[in-house]
Amino acid sequence: MFRRQAGRYVATFAVDEVRVLRKVASEVVGLLTDGFDHTDPVVGRLFPAVYPEDASGTAEFRRYTEGDLKTAKIDQAGAILAALPDEAGGEVRLDAEAAEAWLRALNDARLAMGVRLEIKDGTDLGEELDDAVTEDPGSSRVFQLSVYAYLGYLQESLLNALID
Amino acid sequence: MGGMAAPQVAPVETPATDEVPAPDRQWVTIVWDDPVNLMTYVTWVFQKLFGYSRERAEQLMLDVHHKGRAVVSTGARERMEHDASQLHAYGLWATVDRS
Repeated sequence: MFRRQAGRYVATFAVDEVRVLRKVASEVVGLLTDGFDHTDPVVGRLFPAVYPEDASGTAEFRRYTEGDLKTAKIDQAGAILAALPDEAGGEVRLDAEAAEAWLRALNDARLAMGVRLEIKDGTDLGEELDDAVTEDPGSSRVFQLSVYAYLGYLQESLLNALID
Repeated sequence: MGGMAAPQVAPVETPATDEVPAPDRQWVTIVWDDPVNLMTYVTWVFQKLFGYSRERAEQLMLDVHHKGRAVVSTGARERMEHDASQLHAYGLWATVDRS
């Protein structure tokens, strides 16, 4: 988890954490490049219709803004990939700009996972995880829910370090 | 304009009055509640993007959370579209509407 140290935002990651972060950041990049598809609900959430009742107004808005927005999202996911240690675990030290890019990228990854996991307003993550473990402890849902919870803690720790 | 009979002669071109911008017409940027964004993050984004005080940003975040949506900025349409695209960059669910 992140802490502030001499004007930098510092966290130490185990090798498994590095792998998970690399995987989720790469998946966001993949979603925004090869797999970009407006009918995918994840893309719909990351690029919301600015005029829900006006398809042509929304299309016009997208024509002017979507390229930049996509680039920004790819760059911020890239900020995670760039700062992670290569293979093993290790320390990550971010300046303020990189810390903000990480915050936005962690948020994008959580939004994408939240759509796939069908997280709702009243969803109790602990309960969801217990249910999924009871059903099949080795399932992909157990893994995805744990990653989603982990990203939330990580994002919150970075935010707290930035605000303090 | 649906339901009108097709004109027999081509109508004289007249400017569509709808498209004449009223200088004082106000637009709003709305942020909608979603189950993923952290409350602290949403507050931080409002402070960061709009320069709102902590108290005002927190109140807006609570409005979004409890009422399902809140108006976060008001002004000209282009300005609101700019705000919405900034909010999208931060992952907030923002739309633009007439006030």
